[in-house]
Amino acid sequence: MNCSTIIPKTEAAVASTVQSASSLGISLAIEGNGSKRGLLRPMRAGRTISLRGLSGITLYHPTELIISAQAGTPLPEIEAALAEHGQHLIAEPPALTAMFGAERPATIGGIVATNLSGPRRIAWGAMRDHVMGIRAVNGKGEVFRSGGRVLKNVTGLDLCKLLTGSHGTLGIITEVTLKVLPAPQATGTVSIRVASLEQGVAALSAGLGSPFSVTGAALIPEDGGGIAHLRIEDFEQSVAYRCGKLREALARFGEATVQADSAALWQGIREATTLGATAEEAIWRLSVQPSAAPAVVAALRAAGGSKFLLDWGGGLIWVAAVASAEAHAAVVAAALAAQGSYTLFRAPEDLRASVPVMPDEPRALTAIARRVKAVMDPCGLLNPGRMRAGQ
Amino acid sequence: MIPLPAPKPEVLAAREQIVAALRALVPGDGVISEALRLKPYETDGLSAYRQPPMAVVLPNTTEQVAAVLKYCNEKGVRVVPRGAGTSLSGGALPLADAVVMGLMRMNRIKEVDYENRLAVVEAGVTNLGITKHVEADGFFYAPDPSSQLACMIGGNVMMNSGGAHCLKYGVTANNLLGLTFVTIEGEIVQIGGRHLDATGYDWLGLITGSEGQLGVVTEVTVRILRGPEGARAMLAAFDSIEVAGQAVDAIIGSGIIPVALEFMDRPCIHACEAFAHAGYPLDAEAMLIIEVEGNVEEQDRLLGWIKEICNRFNPISLKVAETAEESLAIWKGRKGAFGAVGRISPDYLCMDGTIPTGELPFVLKRIGEMSQSYGLQVANVFHAGDGNLHPLIMFDANNEASFHAAENFGADILKLCVEVGGCLTGEHGVGIEKRDLMTVQFTPPELDQMRDLKAAFDPQWLLNPAKVFPLEGNAAFDIQPVNQAA
Repeated sequence: MNCSTIIPKTEAAVASTVQSASSLGISLAIEGNGSKRGLLRPMRAGRTISLRGLSGITLYHPTELIISAQAGTPLPEIEAALAEHGQHLIAEPPALTAMFGAERPATIGGIVATNLSGPRRIAWGAMRDHVMGIRAVNGKGEVFRSGGRVLKNVTGLDLCKLLTGSHGTLGIITEVTLKVLPAPQATGTVSIRVASLEQGVAALSAGLGSPFSVTGAALIPEDGGGIAHLRIEDFEQSVAYRCGKLREALARFGEATVQADSAALWQGIREATTLGATAEEAIWRLSVQPSAAPAVVAALRAAGGSKFLLDWGGGLIWVAAVASAEAHAAVVAAALAAQGSYTLFRAPEDLRASVPVMPDEPRALTAIARRVKAVMDPCGLLNPGRMRAGQ
Repeated sequence: MIPLPAPKPEVLAAREQIVAALRALVPGDGVISEALRLKPYETDGLSAYRQPPMAVVLPNTTEQVAAVLKYCNEKGVRVVPRGAGTSLSGGALPLADAVVMGLMRMNRIKEVDYENRLAVVEAGVTNLGITKHVEADGFFYAPDPSSQLACMIGGNVMMNSGGAHCLKYGVTANNLLGLTFVTIEGEIVQIGGRHLDATGYDWLGLITGSEGQLGVVTEVTVRILRGPEGARAMLAAFDSIEVAGQAVDAIIGSGIIPVALEFMDRPCIHACEAFAHAGYPLDAEAMLIIEVEGNVEEQDRLLGWIKEICNRFNPISLKVAETAEESLAIWKGRKGAFGAVGRISPDYLCMDGTIPTGELPFVLKRIGEMSQSYGLQVANVFHAGDGNLHPLIMFDANNEASFHAAENFGADILKLCVEVGGCLTGEHGVGIEKRDLMTVQFTPPELDQMRDLKAAFDPQWLLNPAKVFPLEGNAAFDIQPVNQAA
């Protein structure tokens, strides 16, 4: 662990912290409230810099569908401010505080840096799709901006997307500007018990391929089959109408029930608590094309059985299993066989330190990545080795 | 005029050998070097700028693209990628010593997968071609730039193209899963795939909208979506721009997300009406086209609510389409807006800044004042939901002073967009047109960082050079005296 934590109160202080770290050759672990410290590879950094001193909403124009907040602003604070105006974060990002046993709430900077998106991602895009502007400090201690505070912007290279999901290895995000949308007036969920995962994914695909605007499509495996859940969010009359139509359209997959009160169900899927992982188990997050999901689950079951939760129409697979190198190897093999990607999401430190937590990139991209890292963080100070050795 | 880098004398001197080498790499009729046949490639949708290239190469396969790039990288030859050449910012403008790499022969739709809701298409497939291919099954490809009949998906990726339906469906970047990407070294790389949100750095996001600076995209895996049960439009006209802006705010504030929300000012209404006879109200100062989706009852309900909201702002007229045909009629004028303005004035510059929507009345008032002081007419049409303005500045290309005035007028509008918190370009790209305005939006260190990132992909600055980043302060170029681009 790191010996001391620096908590700057301003962006300028973040920049000068990086400048002095740079001149002293001290590497920095970057966090907000540290709620996802257990994610990806463990780091040996000289100091920890926490962004929690940079907190607060800096701009919110509901009719322009735009909100800006400093990186250390707690997610619940942003969600509450939006709810007051009947709006929400489009990607429905999970906080994962339960998964990581965090005491303090996730911050918006951490959510953006990890590009976390919830069930609504399948219909309305990922966190990275809604980052309209960013302010950050690079590894040289220079403040830079990309994007802005408008909804459509193609001016210059899109560093908002480059930084989103870069896990703090290319820059320290100090402020983000996000597109937001009106929250739906009502929610309805159509649930179908299916006889197999193949049937389940087929039902989700049929729902997502219907004209009824499904905004959540998850599959909770059970012995031999599972329950497919499809969510519709809109004005009340539309939800009632479309749930009915969807139920008819999916009749061939089984008897469907429609429930209006499904917030807890989707919250469990969003936070992956529905997975039911024990505190000792490791958790992986796989992304594959939906049709490949049943084979991935079958392969992992054959390798020793685990717990599963499918979201994004089957394309997102949460896996919980014993935290071992063998279990990890099985996940890696299954993900790569499906031409998808994987992340070792939560595991004891020794496992995270000893295996690749995400797939390697093709050789040409590795070379480009090294050069990009050299541009943004020439001394390799920021979150060293967080994603991969040297990245 | 905007300066271009001086051609490399050693490249011009080696023209014969370069053309011969390209012919060996792309056999058949895939290389063009005769002056007359180079002519069609000398410009793109920004036709005020012209410069014939040294040669044009039209590869058929990703492997040929890789071989040509590898060769050009070894010989230090500049490469300008090109799709359909519809760029409005001069993104495909050649250089005298450059090889234009046209991707229009790579126009195969390789796969459609409804279960996973994706299509794999080559870079030269047209935007509308994708939708046409899947619409019989009820699906569509969402981004719909005005040039969608002609523009190609490879160019859409490079410019991160938008369209009229972005408010709901997003722009190109939001509708991609994967790319086949070829580096200047000739390496073929798969970016992303058939799944969402690949781990690691978001190369897909960085490459999308990079305007040909980082590499060449030969194949694209796009998301295809199932269309709604139906869609219908209405129009609402107001006697002031300010009031129309307030109506937009009220609609968005009500929780309705219209699938499109378009705004036209008086000159634009008049031009479009004369062209399309869409029944637009000629006494209005501002008009909105609002489209909603769903089944007929849902459409009725949403349009009813929007009508109620508009009624609070004393509209001059409200017209709700009763049928799909009436909807098409309402859209007809808007879709033909550029052509309509072209009838009034043979030449116009189409600007593309974005502003915070709350600044609309102020910005349109300022544009009106500038129009007076420059003595040039302007018509405004824009995507009101997302603040993306398209002022059309009318000028006479045969009169050099008129063109210079139009350019200055355009630059002033874009500076104003940045001043009020917006940006230089919402969907057309920086290209050559707005290159030297980048200093208005970005600080020198911000520009340097972006240049360094470009160089991380293309160390010799061979890919679409002289676009996007101002030349000044860039050691990779000798700057050529002004006016060579004209």
